[in-house]
Amino acid sequence: MIAEIGLAALWLAAALAVLQMVSGAFALRSPPGQVNALAIYARPAAVVQAILAVLAFAMLLWAFATTDLSLKLVAANSHSMKPLIYKLSGTWGNHEGSMLLWVGVLAASGGLLSLFEWRLPERTMGATLAVQGFVALGFYAFLLLSSNPFERLPVPAAEGNGLNPLLQDIGLAIHPPTLYAGYVGLSVAFSLAMGALMTREVNPAFARVMRPWVLGAWVLLTLGITAGSYWAYYELGWGGWWFWDPVENASLMPWLAATALMHSVAVLAARDALRTWTIMLGVLAFSMSMLGTFLVRSGVLTSVHAFAVDPERGAFILGLLGLYIGGAFTIFALRAGAVAEGKRFAAVSREGALVLNNVMLSAILAIVLLGTLYPLLTEAFDVRVSVGPPYFNPASAIFAIPMLLVMAVGPLLRWKSDKPARLQFELALIAALVIGGIAAVSFFGQFPLLPLLGLGLAAALAVAAFLPLRGRQLGRVPVATWGMVIAHFGIAVSLFGMACEGAFSKERLAAVAPGGTEQIADFAVTLESVTPIAGPNWTAIEAQLAVREDGGAPVILTPQARTFWSPPQSTSESALLTRWDGQLYAVIGNQAEDGRWQIRVWWKPFVTFIWYGGILVALGGVLAIAGRVRVDVKRRRASVKGARRRADVEALGSSGGVPAPQPAE
Amino acid sequence: MKAKHQRLILVIIALIAIVGAGLLAAWGLRNQANYFYLPEQMVSAPPAVGQAVRLGGMVQKGSITTAADGVTVNFMVTGNTADAVPVRYSGILPDLFVEGSGVVAEGSLGPDGVFKATNLLAKHDENYVPRELEGMGTEQAAKMAADTTVGLK
Repeated sequence: MIAEIGLAALWLAAALAVLQMVSGAFALRSPPGQVNALAIYARPAAVVQAILAVLAFAMLLWAFATTDLSLKLVAANSHSMKPLIYKLSGTWGNHEGSMLLWVGVLAASGGLLSLFEWRLPERTMGATLAVQGFVALGFYAFLLLSSNPFERLPVPAAEGNGLNPLLQDIGLAIHPPTLYAGYVGLSVAFSLAMGALMTREVNPAFARVMRPWVLGAWVLLTLGITAGSYWAYYELGWGGWWFWDPVENASLMPWLAATALMHSVAVLAARDALRTWTIMLGVLAFSMSMLGTFLVRSGVLTSVHAFAVDPERGAFILGLLGLYIGGAFTIFALRAGAVAEGKRFAAVSREGALVLNNVMLSAILAIVLLGTLYPLLTEAFDVRVSVGPPYFNPASAIFAIPMLLVMAVGPLLRWKSDKPARLQFELALIAALVIGGIAAVSFFGQFPLLPLLGLGLAAALAVAAFLPLRGRQLGRVPVATWGMVIAHFGIAVSLFGMACEGAFSKERLAAVAPGGTEQIADFAVTLESVTPIAGPNWTAIEAQLAVREDGGAPVILTPQARTFWSPPQSTSESALLTRWDGQLYAVIGNQAEDGRWQIRVWWKPFVTFIWYGGILVALGGVLAIAGRVRVDVKRRRASVKGARRRADVEALGSSGGVPAPQPAE
Repeated sequence: MKAKHQRLILVIIALIAIVGAGLLAAWGLRNQANYFYLPEQMVSAPPAVGQAVRLGGMVQKGSITTAADGVTVNFMVTGNTADAVPVRYSGILPDLFVEGSGVVAEGSLGPDGVFKATNLLAKHDENYVPRELEGMGTEQAAKMAADTTVGLK
């Protein structure tokens, strides 16, 4: 019954998406100043659709929580013995469930948009909702026609197949929903951009409507990528935090586009410049979300993320991708010329710096995109290649370094036009910090070039992030400016972590007999014992490692090699010892014939700063949203108050109680 | 600057940067992409010493030996012919790395003709096959699946 309710809700939501699309399109045909009689259904349709889609997802969640084995999806991906949290997170740990989550978030954000957004002209809003409905419809069709999550089995299964053990982790409970909400938030930015383009309403008022959506999506993407990176770091047991894996790139590309879009929207809102560029980035950002979904969900990649290897589904998503992106770029090409050029600015100005930042981000995006698609491309010609860090690291650094330098200076520049001479002190300080940082580090030894540059830049960026506050009263700095400062500082923190990990990491690999000790950095690692243990749905070999720092009291680390039985698979559970200045990372391997155990230990100085930085960046984004919304609410309240006062004065004047002020002769 | 010109200049700058990125990517990809070799290809036309490549094939039966330090492993990788390439790897072996299983070794060929692997990708679970091994021929794939699937009927 639960499944049938969910399925019915999904079909109804699809029907409402059609209504939303048609009704929204009618808004475009209404004469200016009037409302088309058929256009009033778009908003309610979006809201009810959101409720239905969320209901459908809740039904699937319920089916997974109760392990309803008559559902094909539950039987294929769950197991009655699994802990409840992993039963729930298993809902989106598979193809159909994750697509339902995607559609649910899409519908929910459409509903929120139509409930709370009343500033836009009705025609623009109608067009926006029509586009949003069109996008949603494609995904409803995809779900209902080719990946129905509520399909019943003819005979209920006796027991489920279980969930890929790599995915049985708390990281999975958080990482995909955050990332999806980010992807889908960009769909709202896309719909708004298309709506504004179709109705020629690309102006600062529109940018202010779009900005919270872009910021929100960007914050969620930042958090999702940070969580995903940490998950890969401790769960895969390889000691790395970024592998340039196509699936990681699929989440990085929308982030790069969203970062560019966020800065360009800021220019449009504040200065009415970069109109077409903002629209194009809006289209690009959502295209990258779609491409990410295609890469991950179509099965063209083999990875822990590619649940389905089903050519029909891949073709379906590719079709949707072509339809939306092709359609959007066609409309863009047809309409972009009609958008008047915005305000102009000099090359040396805050706008100029933001343009450079945008161009550099787009160039990095191109580098990552080409590197990700290249293996797929050559495979068509039967040449098999893999593209890894030797390509991605230097190629993206060529554009990232100038971008970071501009990021240090940009916030100090004035809008419209500025003179570099005004910033002599700041420029000298930043240059001195970069050069001094690099010189100081290279004094201590030979390090690879990129981490070295990273350390110098991180020092300069960390200081430069706070320079915009210089000479201002801290109490009166707007919240949104604090957001920018903290986000830029977060980038510096993260860069510092990456550079330290790259330059100073130490690794020790040895076969150790129980009782034996290995030394790494300041730590003495002793293998106390190796014991077999059992968990709820796995068994494991667990090593007891006693770690002594400089001969101090021992801390016990317990890395495990786990074996799951449903589905049968082995994973390596790393053990981490976190200090403020780094992490000790330990993994246990196989037993050699002579009874010794392989132990692999890393000391990674300041590696945690990578993720602290990510969290700071997201926090900056949250502050920016909070600041903007507060100013917005204040402005709205003030205008309501003003209107009321004017009405009062008018009412008093007409009743004759107080003689209306007469202009003097 | 004349009206209309600013947008043109912006577009040109953006185009130059994107095209530059594209060219750089093309050049980088030609140099840095790791090409995939089967053992017979590596024997007949070996890559340059030190060039990062991937070698994929089957771990020859009875060829795995562990060095005295307990962490360095030597084994032979075979493909569709009798050619075999010796591989040396220091590190923790993938969980399902056994004799007769499929493996992809990332690394480079040393001057002594031994392939030094920096990373080994073996079968991860019963559903995952390294992408490069998919085209190895049905007979071998079936054999590999039978040999390396642990715990299934």
